[in-house]
This record gives sequence, C-alpha cells and structure tokens, in this order.
Amino acid sequence: MKLRKNVAVSEAGLLFNPVNGESYSLNPIGVEILNLIREDKSPEQIIKVILEKYSTDKATFEKDYFDFIGILEHHNLLESHEETNA
Amino acid sequence: MKKRTLNIAVTGLNAIDSPGPGVSVIRALHEAASFNVNIIGLSYESLEPGIYMHDLVARTYSIPYPAAGIDTLLARLEYIHEKEKIDVIIPNFDAELYPFIKLEPKLKAMGIHMFLPTLHQFEERHKVNLNDFGRKYGISVPHSKVLYDLNTVHSLPSEFSFPMIVKGKFYDASIAYSIEQVKSYFNKISAKWGLPIIIQEFVHGTEFNVTGLGDGKGNTIAAVPMRKQYITDKGKAWGGISIADEKMLDMTRKFLKNTKWRGGFELELMKNKDGELYLLEINPRLPAWIYLAVGVGQNIPEALVNLALGEKVKPFSTYSVGKMFVRYSWDMIVDREEFEQISIYGEL
Amino acid sequence: MSKTRYERPVIKKLETGMPNKFGTKTEYEPLTHIDGVAVNDLIGKYGSPLFVISEKTIRSTIKKAKKAFETRYPKVQFAWSYKTNYLNAVCSIFHQEGSWAEVVSGFEYDKAINLGVDGRKIIFNGPDKSEQDLTKAITNDSLIHIDHLDELYSITELAEKLNKRPRVAIRVNMDTGVYPMWDRFGFNYENGQAWDAINKIMHSEKMELVGLHCHIGTFMLSPFAYGIAAAKLADLALALEQKFKHEIKYIDLGGGFASKNTLKGSFLPGNDTNPTFDDFAEVISTALINSNFKKDKLPLLILETGRALVDEAGFLLGSVISNKRSSTGRRNTILDVGVNILFTSFWYDHKITPAQSFTHYSEDTCLYGPLCMNIDVIRESTTLPLLNKGEHVVIHNVGAYNMTQWMQFITLRPNVVLIDMDEKPHLIRSKESLENMNSMEKVPNHLERFDK
Repeated sequence: MKLRKNVAVSEAGLLFNPVNGESYSLNPIGVEILNLIREDKSPEQIIKVILEKYSTDKATFEKDYFDFIGILEHHNLLESHEETNA
Repeated sequence: MKKRTLNIAVTGLNAIDSPGPGVSVIRALHEAASFNVNIIGLSYESLEPGIYMHDLVARTYSIPYPAAGIDTLLARLEYIHEKEKIDVIIPNFDAELYPFIKLEPKLKAMGIHMFLPTLHQFEERHKVNLNDFGRKYGISVPHSKVLYDLNTVHSLPSEFSFPMIVKGKFYDASIAYSIEQVKSYFNKISAKWGLPIIIQEFVHGTEFNVTGLGDGKGNTIAAVPMRKQYITDKGKAWGGISIADEKMLDMTRKFLKNTKWRGGFELELMKNKDGELYLLEINPRLPAWIYLAVGVGQNIPEALVNLALGEKVKPFSTYSVGKMFVRYSWDMIVDREEFEQISIYGEL
Repeated sequence: MSKTRYERPVIKKLETGMPNKFGTKTEYEPLTHIDGVAVNDLIGKYGSPLFVISEKTIRSTIKKAKKAFETRYPKVQFAWSYKTNYLNAVCSIFHQEGSWAEVVSGFEYDKAINLGVDGRKIIFNGPDKSEQDLTKAITNDSLIHIDHLDELYSITELAEKLNKRPRVAIRVNMDTGVYPMWDRFGFNYENGQAWDAINKIMHSEKMELVGLHCHIGTFMLSPFAYGIAAAKLADLALALEQKFKHEIKYIDLGGGFASKNTLKGSFLPGNDTNPTFDDFAEVISTALINSNFKKDKLPLLILETGRALVDEAGFLLGSVISNKRSSTGRRNTILDVGVNILFTSFWYDHKITPAQSFTHYSEDTCLYGPLCMNIDVIRESTTLPLLNKGEHVVIHNVGAYNMTQWMQFITLRPNVVLIDMDEKPHLIRSKESLENMNSMEKVPNHLERFDK
C-alpha cells in the first residue's frame, strides 16, 4: 500500500492531490498514519506504533485504521494494487 | 487635521454573479472623506472573492452561519474584536440581520457600533406583512393576500384579476394566468419554502430601485433612484443609470418619515403606465449597486458609519443624474495556500 | 508515561463552506455535568440511556414565567399541563410552585387527586370524560371545561342526579390567523356555537359558568395570535355580562408557548428566535387590559403552558454503540437512545453535545437509535466531534412529552433521575423490567407448552 506520488501533506494537516485538484484536511493522528504509510510501514507496524502512543485497544484502532484506509481509497489517494505490483 | 483610521468589518464579500454588496461598500469606505479605513472582511465561505482582494480588505475572518446560533456568532466576533478592535460592523445579508440586530446592544457594550433597523422595522417590512405596511404608512403597495390553505385559492378571482403573482415566503415568484396555475405554483413553492404563500396583484410597468439611508428619526440622509438597464438571468442589475424622479424621492421620504427607518435600505418600485408608483419590496440593507450612489455624490456607506458612531450627519441634497454603472467580472489569480489558510484556520 | 487520548483518524475533503474549527461551536461545548453532577457518574450509577430532570431549571423557569405575567397583569394562575410530563415528582414541583393541575383524562385526574391536589384546583379538559369521570369531578367541585354539547347534556343530567351545581367553563375555538386552525376542540366563536353553548348553560341554571377557555395551537412561534384570542374571549365575557348580568371568574388561554427547541426545517435556531415569556405576556396582558373589562373587574388569567415550562429541564443521556460508514462513505453513529423514548426527534433538531472533552476535529454524522427499525433516526445530519464507542452524549430540551409519549417498544424504558436543589440525584421512576411487562400478560393453558 502506497500513497500516490505527488500527494503532499502539510504539518497543519492539509493534503493536496495535484492529480485532481482536491484538497483535504486531516486530524493529527491522521497525519501521523499517512506519514507512517509514506515510510512504507506495514499495517502491523503502524498499529503497533499507535497502540504504544495512544490510550486505545487493538480492536478499536484496527477497525478505525481499516476504515481510514478505506476512505483514502475512496478518495483515490492510494496507488491501486495493479500500479503497486507493476 | 489628521484623519482618524477606523476598523470596519464588512460581510457580503461574495462579489459573484448574484453579488453581495460587501465589496462595493468597501470601495465606498476607502473613498470616505471623513476617515481612513482598515477593512476587516467577514466571510461565510472560503471562495468569496472579497477575501482575496488584499488592496481592499486587510484581513478576513470566517464567521459562522446564522443557523449556528447567536451565541456562536458572538463568541466568534469577540475573538475577532480582541485581535482587530472593530469600530463598526456593516452586515450586508438579509439572513444575518436578525442575529446582528439581536446582538446590537451586546456589541455596543464591547465598543462595536452598527446602524441597523430595529427588530420591529425588520419584521414589519417582511413580504408577508406588506399589505398592512402599506395601509399603516400610506404607501401604495400591490394588493396581496397571505394563503395557508390550498382550498382558499378558489376565492381569489373575486379579489384579484389575472395574471397574479404567486410568491414564496422567502424566495421564488411566478406569474399565474389561471386558477390551475395558481394551484400548481402554490404546491411547487410551498414544497420548497413552506407556508404561507403570498398572492400579489400583478402591476404592469417598469421597475425602479431606490437606495438610501434613514437616521432612525424620520429624516432622509440619502436617497438615489436608479433604473436597471441590463438585467442578468438572475434578475440582477448589470448596468443602471441614476435618474431624477420626484415621485420616487417623495415616496422614499414618506417611507423614512413614517417608519423612522434606521439604516440603509433598497426599495423595489414599479411604475405603471399611468405613472403611479407601487412599492414591491423593502430590502433592509444596502444593495450591491451601492457604489453608483457614491459615484453620483452620495457616499452612503460613509454616512452610515458616521451615524453608527453617533455623529451628526448632514443630509445629502443633490446627486448627479444620468450617471451609469456597468458591472464587470474579473479573474483574480490566487495561491492555493491562501485558500487553504482561510479554509483551515478561518483567517487570512 | 501516560498515553495520549485516542481519537480516530479522519480525512475530510475541504469544502468552500465553513471551516470546521469554529463551525457550530456551541453544539461542540461538552456538557460534562448537569447541576453539578457528572454525566459519567449518573450513567455509572443509573445506566444508559437515562433521563435527567433538573429541579433547579424547572423552578427557575416557572418563576420566570410567573414574573413575566404577574408584572403585567394583576391576577394570574398557572395550571400544570399533566400530559406534558406527569411524573409525580415533576407535578409536585409545579404544585409546590403554586400551579393548579390541568388534566385531560380520568387517568390524569386520578393522578392529580392521588398526589393530593385540591379538587377545586383541578381543571378538567378534553373531549373524553366518562360519566364516572364527570361524577368525580362534580363531587370534588373541580373546574370542568366543556368540549361538546353531548358533554354539556351529560353534566346537566348529573347535576340533577347529584344535586350539585358543577363549576364549568366552555372551550372556545376561533380564527386567530393561525394555521392550522384548531377547530376540533370546543365550540366555534365565529359561527356562533360558543355563544349558543353559553346561552344553553345560562338558561339551564344547573351549572355555574365560571370561565371561558381556548387553546389556539401548539409550538406557537408568534405571540400575536394570543392577543386576538384574549380579545375574542373578552368580548364573549362582556356580551355574557350584558345579557345575563353574570360575571365570569376567569379567562383560560391554554398553552402552546414554544420552547427553545428548533423545529426541523427552521433556518435559525429556536433558542435565538422563539418568543420569550415576556413576549407572550406582553401581548396577552395588553389585549385583556385594553378590552372593555372595568379595572376592578378584570378576570383571573389562567395559563396551561406545559412545554415551555419543562422542556429545558429535561436531558437525555446516551452512549455510543458503534460508528459505521454508509455505502456512500457517510459517517453513521448508533446511539442507545431511540425514537421510542425520544418521540420529539420527529419534530425537532435536538441539540446534542458530547459529555466529555474532545478536539475540534469533527465529522458530519447521522445519528441512529438502537432499534431494528428504519425510522429510528435521532438526527439526520449533525456535525459532531469524533466520538468513540462507549462515550456519552447529552440530548438537550427533552423534558416535554417524551416521558409521557414514550413507548415500550423493542426495548424497555430507562430510569428517570431528578437532580434536586442541593445537586443530589434521586431516582424518580425505575426502569422497566421483563417481570413488569410479563406481569400484565396471561397465556391461556393450551398455549403453555411447545417443543423445546
């Protein structure tokens, strides 16, 4: 899973997708996860990092994490599998 | 003597194809002879063009929609006031007037001045009440009737002749030529804007507008009549010309004298072929074409600010007739960062 | 090292509209305590969902209402509208504050009598009064507001039978410019029904006509119609005086004052625009004082306002069951509060606030109740911070009608707690149990057995 190329995230949590001109805003934990994805961390690693830092449990965060990934896909911000494999 | 500088906050920065008056009001304020201004824009949406006009607007803050409630608006204004020390606010939307009128005493206590109609004046001039308004103040208005029930439509032909205008409570108006059409518009408009529906006599003629300023004591501080010359498909004037019509000025003075109207306004008038004038609507704020008034010698926004600050203002007595305004649109180039700044932080 | 408070990750498309940082901030203010008692503690002790009633708010609201009228009109009496909220504790607060009882059924009548209300201070309204109900009311010398001619004749017969002179008023309906016109209750003013009923009562001599009553509508957003109603009742009273030399004792203008809730589809919030007690009091008092009553002959003004007196005192606490996403990507949140206990969510956009602190990040959310029924929607769309499963919310202004119109449907009705003047909670109605429900049922013998 990879973030689309050129997708820029500012520290304030602003994301601009130059391909379609859409802008998005994220909350701090959202930015943190995007940066972890950018660093090619696996879902398992990301979950571990977050669980160490935040007061939540694995079941809750896993559910929210995959929901978040789903929304990134919905907004076309992740490279599709074919592109990744190619 | 060195002119003082006032911090004036202005809404209605949406200078788009159905424009808000804000940008025109700001231009007028920059040309004021009696003070210098530092303009603070107040915006509802991040694409209102005025936000990005940095030579006219020093800084813009987003403010919450009226639907968010008066307390929310007050909290936001307190925050802005702390940073900007606002002297005067000029609200320019019908929909925001109710909360601003309600907030007037509180803002005044904070040192922020406004010059708005009273709540009573604001309610009384509403479309639904126009008949009573005309009767009470001796001003001709087209005969109208407020309907709550579709079944009462059948009694209309005894009171009105066709065509008649079917109007919604807030927006929309259609001309009906038969009872069937009245029924159909009744249903269509009430589905969108709710009840009541207003039936209004159709007056054939030419439409005119008057903008002006009342001092709240019955005096006419300013009045400029205009004839629209070019109307967009949204019914907005794209060009207009100042005219000299004593009848219109008389009606305006009568309106101000009898209602003791406080603040800026725009009257929508209809003149029939016999030269009789009818008042169709009263907009309780300055119109988007207000800059024409400045161009013909009556800087109404400047006078309004001075009245808001409690100063004596000498009424304007003349204006140039036959001056035109021709509106144009202008594409600004804006950096994405600015849009993001106002979108995320609500300040630019 | 303690961990950071968790908030789920969100990404939102930037719209050209309002930035979310201060979008609808008041809705965001958390309400962590009600009258000094922590929401968390209340839920911990009494469960979720939970109705909470503030005694302080009830008392300060009725005081405010009384002051608005008493400073403008010499003789004012409030009568508590039982149907709005007839929990015994709630009725008792109003009775302690001097309110009479206004009831609309035999059940409500008995409730008032059981609470110890003086029969002479009970106003009996409504179209359904059985012979048994009327007998009780006549015996107790209660004020009977006649709704229709059949009732008038029943009372005439009973008066003879019981050898009593019942104290009655008639309910009058009229055109006050309000739509819809409530003409199903009482006798019409414009077509002469009301005058006709008055004549029948006066000629029969079996009853004492003590008052005139009307109730023009519900959730009235303009006070002016009350002025018309007061003037029309005053005219009737004066006509009555002229013809029969009989003075009525009171004019009862019913209820219908709007509370601070926001009706669905309103552009501005109800808290900003709905008239205050002062607005209503001004119009009503002016109409009565300007009528042709002589100064020392002004009748008692009775008000039966319910909703505006109790709505703000009621809170409904709930918890998040789950956060889901719809097929279109919209956030859906399921609460344990359903329309079965929050009937008023069909009419209002109830104000809902979280019961704990949170960041300014938010999502547009549809709030569903827990019922397995498609109609169970509490708010179609509201902007809320990112609530986690198990966190609590407070629904505001629920004191009127919810605790009378609620239904036992799919789940059981929850506890109701009253927080007293010293900020101490009291359980005033226990949640229902399976035993409660089953105790009312009987299964015929032949249905008792089936294959396990």
